[in-house]
Amino acid sequence: MTWAGLVGLFKRAGAKSRLSDLTGALEQSLFAEEIARRKGLLQSLDPRVKLIGALAWLLAISWSQNLAGIAALYTLTLPLAAASRVPMTFYVKRVWALIPFFTGIIALPALFNVFSPGAPLVTLIDSTSPRVYLAITLPGVVTAAFLLLRVGTSVSIAVLLILTTRWTLLLKALRVLRVPQTFVLILGMTYRYIYVLLHAANNMFLARQSRIVGRVADAEQRRWLAASAGVLFAKSYALSDEVYLAMQSRGFRGEAQVMETLRWRGADWMWLAVFVGVAVAATWIGS
Amino acid sequence: MHIPDGYLSPATAAVMYAAAAPFWYRATQKVKTMLSGRAVPLIALFAAFSFVIMMFNIPLPGGTTGHAVGAVLATIVLGPWAAILAVSVALVIQAFFFGDGGILAIGANVFNMAIAMSFVGFYLYRWLSGSAAITSSRRVLAAAMAAYIALNVAALLTAIELGIQPMLFRDGAGRPLYFPYGLEVAIPAMLLGHLTLAGAAEAVVTGLVVAWLQRANPEILEAYSGASTAARAVGLPRWAWLGLLALIVLTPMGLLAPGTAWGEWGREELEALGLGYIPAGFDQWSSLWSAPIPDYDIPALENPTLAYVASAVVGVALVWLIVLALGWLIERLTLRGATRTT
Repeated sequence: MTWAGLVGLFKRAGAKSRLSDLTGALEQSLFAEEIARRKGLLQSLDPRVKLIGALAWLLAISWSQNLAGIAALYTLTLPLAAASRVPMTFYVKRVWALIPFFTGIIALPALFNVFSPGAPLVTLIDSTSPRVYLAITLPGVVTAAFLLLRVGTSVSIAVLLILTTRWTLLLKALRVLRVPQTFVLILGMTYRYIYVLLHAANNMFLARQSRIVGRVADAEQRRWLAASAGVLFAKSYALSDEVYLAMQSRGFRGEAQVMETLRWRGADWMWLAVFVGVAVAATWIGS
Repeated sequence: MHIPDGYLSPATAAVMYAAAAPFWYRATQKVKTMLSGRAVPLIALFAAFSFVIMMFNIPLPGGTTGHAVGAVLATIVLGPWAAILAVSVALVIQAFFFGDGGILAIGANVFNMAIAMSFVGFYLYRWLSGSAAITSSRRVLAAAMAAYIALNVAALLTAIELGIQPMLFRDGAGRPLYFPYGLEVAIPAMLLGHLTLAGAAEAVVTGLVVAWLQRANPEILEAYSGASTAARAVGLPRWAWLGLLALIVLTPMGLLAPGTAWGEWGREELEALGLGYIPAGFDQWSSLWSAPIPDYDIPALENPTLAYVASAVVGVALVWLIVLALGWLIERLTLRGATRTT
């Protein structure tokens, strides 16, 4: 689910359970890691292979100027998802159910001759006086298809990577990209504390909800939300102090140390070659 | 404002990564020396916090709601360098977990929302609040205004990055390959939403949280307030300021590089070069689509391209001018106020 999708969910859900719905959805996508613990093809691979493979495919999608090539890459993710025991309806719906609402709206005007002049496919309005002409054009359809297919396939690959890889392992994999250790450490800690702060926020909302009846004026709501944000901020500030003390007492001196537990196996090399090979082929076909 | 993958060409994405990299490097160095190990949990918690407050939908006047990015709040409390890291971390997590913002587009998103927004927000807040006391209401107003303008600078940068795509990257038949709308559509469309709703949300959240902190936890606001710490050099040295300005002005120019080549080539040259692709249906396509782009159109297209990029640069320069003018004005007003009281 995209972030905007979550926010949409937040808006749709009734006032009562807004944040708890959201927390539920967030926990499901962020912290469950249930699929990542299953035994499947992608789960068995070294996270570095998956990260490099995903980046190679993303680049291929970005470079390709061939709709069929991008569609072929998307099609290839389906057996990968199936072999990794990712529920197929969930995998397909999670991406394509939301794409029309976000990228779709942006791609829509490009369909018409106003933005994409060219041979008309469907003429919608063609009146002579006043002169109004509106048609869906072939170049417009191609442009919109490129945008939708590129975004959908890219998001799918990111989703597949994150569904089949535990966050801690993915962070270790980031080291191959020469991401500084400090940055990786911060990423890992942020991930943990999102959960903590989310629960704190959820509790505040619940406590408030149980004390009010009827509708609250907007100004009052704003004041309360700002106070909540302030409280949450003060909490995280205080918490960071405590966490720092805890880190210091465990020997933290400003330099992050990570145990290297990742090991390349034969299958990893093979799949790395497959992923990169497919990406190169797709780029070559699409260039 | 998060740019997804597929909207930007790989060349643009690479340029934006290159533009963000020195800031990341400097920020990591700076934060290490400034706060030692203390910075690690602080930045992590702030990133988590900004992640969570994005879910606080604030009711706005007019019956709608909006949520804030929190970058300006981060920069007011943590200073610009730590804020860059905190917002970058939040953006990376959003890209991986929610597909909100692309992975290849992280460089661009970080440049707009973490780097530009942090610096613009930080210096605006400093300028606007001057030497006002930590608990003065002027600081609340300064924070809200800084948030509003910084968000719109970020939106403008996003619109420029998107808007130059169709000028630079088209296929052999002239169809845009990535984001299909030019600057003349992208800039108004982005700014319309951000000058109104999103800007209001950012301003309201930032202002209200700063006001709350003044009442409940003023010491948090002290570190980077610029009020009592005039002697402490937290800000950028002058050379870095000029470098940053030059970089922002040059960014759209740098992005032009792969495209100038395209614009200068004739269609025949393109075909002569072959570009390595002649798919099965190429003849059919080219007969359909080469007609609208005869030779004489190519030089004609070059001029609007330059005009657009020039306008983009002028746009960024204008925003900076406004910022500078506001700073000067506030300074004058403060001086006048000071002389009146003495």
